[in-house]
Amino acid sequence: MSIFREIVKAIRVTLIFWLLTGIIYPLLMVLTGQIVFPYQANGSLIKNAQGQTIGSALIGQPFSSDRYFWSRPSTTNYSSFPAAEFDPKNPDNITQRTGTSGASNLAPSNTQTLLKDNRKPDDPDLLKRIQIDVERLKQANIQPTADMVYTSGSSLDPHISVQSARSQIARVAQARSLSTNQVEILVPKYTDDRFLGIFGEPGVNVLKLNLALDTLQSGSGAND
Amino acid sequence: MWQGFFQITLTILILVPLVHFLGRYMARVFLGDKTFLDPIMVPLERTIYLLGDVRYKDDMTGWQYARSVLLSNLVMGILVYLIFVLQLILPLNPTSLNPPSWDLALHTAISFVTNTNQQHYSGETTFSYFTQIAALGFLMFTSSATGLAVGIAFIRGLTGKLLGNFYVDLTLSITRILLPLSIVGGLILIFLGVPETLASPETVTTLEGAKQVIARGPVAHFEFIKQLGENGGGFFGINSAHPFENPNSASNLIETLAMVCIPAALIFTYAIFANNLKQGWLLFGMVFIFYVVLIAIAAVGEFQGNPLVNNILGEQQPNLEGKEVRFGWAQTALWAITTTGTMCGAVNGMHDSLMPPGGFSTLFNMFLQMVWGGQGTGTAYLFVYLILSVFVTGLMVGRTPEFLGRKVEKREIVLASVILLVHPIAVLIPSAITLAFPETLAGISNPGFHGISQVVYEYTSAAANNGSGFEGLGDGTMWWNLSACISLLAGRYLPIIALLLLADSMAHKQPVPETTGTLRTDTVLFTGVTAGIILILGALTFFPVLALGPIAEAFQFATGH
Repeated sequence: MSIFREIVKAIRVTLIFWLLTGIIYPLLMVLTGQIVFPYQANGSLIKNAQGQTIGSALIGQPFSSDRYFWSRPSTTNYSSFPAAEFDPKNPDNITQRTGTSGASNLAPSNTQTLLKDNRKPDDPDLLKRIQIDVERLKQANIQPTADMVYTSGSSLDPHISVQSARSQIARVAQARSLSTNQVEILVPKYTDDRFLGIFGEPGVNVLKLNLALDTLQSGSGAND
Repeated sequence: MWQGFFQITLTILILVPLVHFLGRYMARVFLGDKTFLDPIMVPLERTIYLLGDVRYKDDMTGWQYARSVLLSNLVMGILVYLIFVLQLILPLNPTSLNPPSWDLALHTAISFVTNTNQQHYSGETTFSYFTQIAALGFLMFTSSATGLAVGIAFIRGLTGKLLGNFYVDLTLSITRILLPLSIVGGLILIFLGVPETLASPETVTTLEGAKQVIARGPVAHFEFIKQLGENGGGFFGINSAHPFENPNSASNLIETLAMVCIPAALIFTYAIFANNLKQGWLLFGMVFIFYVVLIAIAAVGEFQGNPLVNNILGEQQPNLEGKEVRFGWAQTALWAITTTGTMCGAVNGMHDSLMPPGGFSTLFNMFLQMVWGGQGTGTAYLFVYLILSVFVTGLMVGRTPEFLGRKVEKREIVLASVILLVHPIAVLIPSAITLAFPETLAGISNPGFHGISQVVYEYTSAAANNGSGFEGLGDGTMWWNLSACISLLAGRYLPIIALLLLADSMAHKQPVPETTGTLRTDTVLFTGVTAGIILILGALTFFPVLALGPIAEAFQFATGH
């Protein structure tokens, strides 16, 4: 068989599979997803009591107010931007149009304390960063735990550990003038358990929990 | 801690019946037996053969098979490169993303066509939905099917059969294995929360009044073939750590099993081809032990956490830097070992932030390339080690080495050595060059011994066609794009050519009748010797690098606080 015929065959086979796996299969899946599971297929977006979309049930959000449970530290601030700086039309602000994800990618050994190298003061330093977070947590009366001092993998982690949620109950209740009991009963409700009770780790969905707190106090009383 | 090890154990125990079943099914497919998908798939395959001018009965020689692999992969790579550079005029580009630079486009095309999926970019900000679907998603099927076809041809040759026809094997891999499983798996992932939409990113106002931009897209169908095909290239920059790629522990379980099932099952496929289930179980057991030991090393390291941080926290806590709460230390460590063992390369936590035992185990996995190994090629590497063991033990007892009743002679040993030597050459030489210019070339982000690991990891990942990375590395440069291309190509196609030639020459040997003097290869003793040879070869070649990287980093921790 001549090399020319072999090349033609390679081109024909490539185009066939391009059509099958690169066009037909994805379209079929998008159509099925949109028809059968439209909520999940569009990103599990959730609305507040007023009917505005306020986020995704699967994506975390940054929280700094005492009225809210705090999320884990994030390297991209949960792909969010202060409203004043939000200008997606500006060609330079590409992540404000596309969204972003990221991680610190700091090695466990990347700290002056261990390497004793001559780094500049503003170079990344794992321990220095953690020490700052630990101070912030202690000031807020939160027992520092691993999930609250280490940055997450995606920078969008929707969860915190049950322990960190518990240690924030008193602060949130006080800031909202609620009884601790009212806040406490919400925590297990928004805890995602292990799959089949075995796989993975339990985590409290911070956004859903905070949204429930807002709904509780907006007077409508009902949530979900 | 014990709950963590319990869930790891349970996950890998599910694997045993799963791969046993899948291995039998794949053997039926490639032996041409009837399967339950025949009524739907036979007409589709007939159409593909007709349109593609593929003659079902044409068996190929080793050279013909290799030439078909190279030509088809070349055409696929060119098509995808064109889609990259024409991205702006093609549809489904809601965020108006510009085409990538030529060197990034070249690196990405080669990286995906070689089943590596090493990414020097972030999906959100680089590629349009159309590029992700029709270029990257397409290659996820064909590159994985190419590997599987080569693996099957190698098994055929080893067991004395003709190699078969590359285009037929490519077609069957897609129509009988990858596509049906991806449809089912993709739908389950959508149900579990993975998006599958063509809508543009959603901008919302958060509860505290900031503007959050939520990237989404046609992820679910992409995600499943990414895992199943040992591809590993994330739709989003942060791969399967992203809640939209891997939203919960149910999706995590499915994705973990998907990435390991085909390479592990291929050992049983071999056993059926060779009609020797005992050897299948022995080999499965040997690889399984490697797998378990490496998981244990990595998991204990992550569980014990970073001693420096534990000092501040006042108690021992797991290392959660770069990890998601829903997976925790256990599922992240299990995933890290699975993804580097199987050459998938997807990550659900950041490998750069793993403790030194995790860095050690992930690197070690990619050095050996046989703890399940890549799609198709991994099983082939396992048998190359087996052939070398036959040779070495044959020399020790003074017998002519035979494997499955066929004499192993000079040509076979030369080819086997080529297969195993390509890897260290494609890893160590470029690493040495890059490390010689740490300021200008390397782009190291974590100083000290970890920086050496970062550079070596990148080339190892390229040459092993894995695709994971120590992602802190500043690898978006022309040097990294082009030099990694060399490792990618050498690590993929040189072994494939040699494997096919080796299979061809084994297939054409006269079987030697078995006598009492024959060295049996399906015994515990021989499998143990093989494990020893794998360890010695791997350790001798790469130990200096491991000593300079993760081992030195571990000693630093042991003495530094």
